[in-house]
Amino acid sequence: MDALDLSRWQFGITTIYHFLFVPLTIGLSVVVAALQTAWHRTGRPEYLRATKFFGKLFLINFAMGVVTGIVQEFQFGMNWSAYSTFVGDVFGAPLALEALLAFFLESTFIGLWIFGWDRLPKRVHLATIWLAAIGSNLSAFFILAANAWMRHPVGFVVDPITRRARLTDIVAVLTNPQAISTYVHVLGASFVVAGLFVVAVSALRILRGDHDDLFRRTLRAGLATTAVAGIVVALSGHNQAQLLAEYSPMKLASAEALWKTEQPAGFSLFAVGDVEGSRNSINVQIPYLLSFLATDTFSAPVQGITELQAQSVAQYGAGDYIPDVPVLYWAFRLMMGLGMAGVGVGVAGLWLTRRGRLPVQRWMYKLAIAALPAALAANIFGWVLTEVGRQPWTVVGELLTAASVSPGVSLVEVAISLTVFTALYGALAVVEARLLWRYVKAGPEPVDTAAASSDSGEPEKLPAFGY
Amino acid sequence: MDLPTVWFVAIAVLWTGYFVLEGFDFGVGMLLPALGRHRGTALKAIGPVWDGNEVWLITAIGAMFAAFPAWYGATLSGFYVPVLLVVLALIVRGVALEYRGKAPRSEGGAGVDTAGEQWRARCDLGIVVGSAVPAFVWGLVFANLVRGVELGADGVVTSSPADLLNPYALLGGLVTLTLFALHGAVFVALKTDGPARFLGRALVKRLAPVAVVALAVFLAQTAAGWVTVVVVGLLVAAALLAVRGREGWAFVATAVTIAALTVVIFGSLYPAVLPSLTDPAFDLTVANAASGPYTLTLLSWVGGIFLPVVIAYQSWSYWVFRRRVTA
Repeated sequence: MDALDLSRWQFGITTIYHFLFVPLTIGLSVVVAALQTAWHRTGRPEYLRATKFFGKLFLINFAMGVVTGIVQEFQFGMNWSAYSTFVGDVFGAPLALEALLAFFLESTFIGLWIFGWDRLPKRVHLATIWLAAIGSNLSAFFILAANAWMRHPVGFVVDPITRRARLTDIVAVLTNPQAISTYVHVLGASFVVAGLFVVAVSALRILRGDHDDLFRRTLRAGLATTAVAGIVVALSGHNQAQLLAEYSPMKLASAEALWKTEQPAGFSLFAVGDVEGSRNSINVQIPYLLSFLATDTFSAPVQGITELQAQSVAQYGAGDYIPDVPVLYWAFRLMMGLGMAGVGVGVAGLWLTRRGRLPVQRWMYKLAIAALPAALAANIFGWVLTEVGRQPWTVVGELLTAASVSPGVSLVEVAISLTVFTALYGALAVVEARLLWRYVKAGPEPVDTAAASSDSGEPEKLPAFGY
Repeated sequence: MDLPTVWFVAIAVLWTGYFVLEGFDFGVGMLLPALGRHRGTALKAIGPVWDGNEVWLITAIGAMFAAFPAWYGATLSGFYVPVLLVVLALIVRGVALEYRGKAPRSEGGAGVDTAGEQWRARCDLGIVVGSAVPAFVWGLVFANLVRGVELGADGVVTSSPADLLNPYALLGGLVTLTLFALHGAVFVALKTDGPARFLGRALVKRLAPVAVVALAVFLAQTAAGWVTVVVVGLLVAAALLAVRGREGWAFVATAVTIAALTVVIFGSLYPAVLPSLTDPAFDLTVANAASGPYTLTLLSWVGGIFLPVVIAYQSWSYWVFRRRVTA
């Protein structure tokens, strides 16, 4: 155990934790904005109640996303200074753009939205939540472009004197096929999660005997969001697999536990591997499917780990270039399985609630609620697949993870920070979950229609929105 | 001015914006225990803006990463423990600020709302500690930057956390701590009405002597004599204006004092960004820590276009909430 191992654990824990909240922020910001738009268009008070109810839940989640995001901005420098120095010229640019173009927008307009109910004309107030939502959705693009560059570095040269990366083409970085494909995939997954969040909350209210018509509507809306976003996730996921085959064949092979090159290659459903012996003892496959996923044809070869390792050694010198195969294999399957299960709930639910129907079986609502943690877990496994699959590199072909860590930071320092982050994050998870639960249980507050429909400037008492 | 210098100035501007803006919301946060039953009013005054203020920090750090990667890496790893404290404090503070108003509704209604009181008390503790720690640590970090750190030819800081607790740096921490507290007290007087406003003025009276002395001693060791006289004079003026009820001008004066302090700090660094006590030859400088001209040109265009836009809409948000907050 050294500072490198602990720094990796810390990055993994803090990033995964952050990524529990971010997809919800991305999706829910738009959901809340859409609800408020519906109120603005129709003037029906139940949309205002829905806006305020889901708005409060959104803000509870938003706060966690913001504070856990601060860590990310500092952590590259704190624990990965060698990485930062090498990549800052390229990688820092999208991060700076993210702060300047997205975070300011998001934070400033969220403040205006929370406190502006009685200060701003209705139309302007509506615009503030949309601007905040745009900020959230835009921020994801920049950070994913930065992350995509680590997996498929483009638009740069390595300066022969300083040995640091130098940006030569920002357009190439921002239009990196990996960046765009990942952005679509992550955005889709975010809306799946947000849709299932709305579904779970609505289902909980209905289960608790709330006969408010409001939740019948939001249930439908959540299911529809999940189903549509699910299609986006599936299509972009297919595209991601093809990009893997093209740019990260080692990750694809490892995620499939494909030790030897196969033509045609089957998609593994279940395998028990022998990592030391570079082979699988049990492997149940669907023939041709991997070839199709990776290349759109049923007969193309897919390269295996052993061959790719030999290629990497020839290219980069002696070393172990194989990522953690069992982790990737199962992360890939859990991502797809849990994600599809979540989307399946969306599609099935849409059918079951067609034309104003509402199922009476309680287990159906419980299943719909369970789809939320499943989809959140799918997001996490997707992230694990991406990040673990890039190993042993931080920047593929350019910088190894082992060479990226801060040389001056001691094991003790990282042990302290890792412990404190984990403990604090654990405590905050409990606080957040209890708060969400309390607000869901309390349900929407009745809206005073007089106060809601006037812009008289008379301060409305909204304790949950103020301090 | 060459591009790296332009970006050194730009980063100084971002830090200035951060200290001037978050300075007062740190101050309000720290002063909660002294605000008694006006805590809620004071927090309402910073409520709409503190999160936007914090983005100045995120942008300053992001800009350091993009424009001076070696500075970013060496500083954040070299100041690992202090930076960790800041990050932890900002996490606790942000959650406490957002969750304070979301107290459990007490069952039954009538009587003392003990659950709610307890919840708010815990959040208040988070806000106080989460505001005071970064207010102190930023001063400590920047004073250490000015003083220099043990920095080898490899660009790695080898100062131990204990080395960073030297008297000059501790004084720097005291300066930002007291200055932000004073700035926050002036903000309370400026943005609230009724008893809270007078409480703000009373706090200015109590805080000003400490803040003025700390700033004077620090500047005397850091800047030219006339700069010290002017900046300290400005802070004295700020306190006098606040006490006389000219809170707007007082706030301008504390803001300019903070800006001047930041300029002094960055001015004494230049052309180094991280001076080495080991050997001046190992200094990280504007020239050797900077990114290439392509990146700096790109950042200049984007920053030149969008920073004014950001300033415009943030100013508008301050305009929207310009009214004094009442309980």
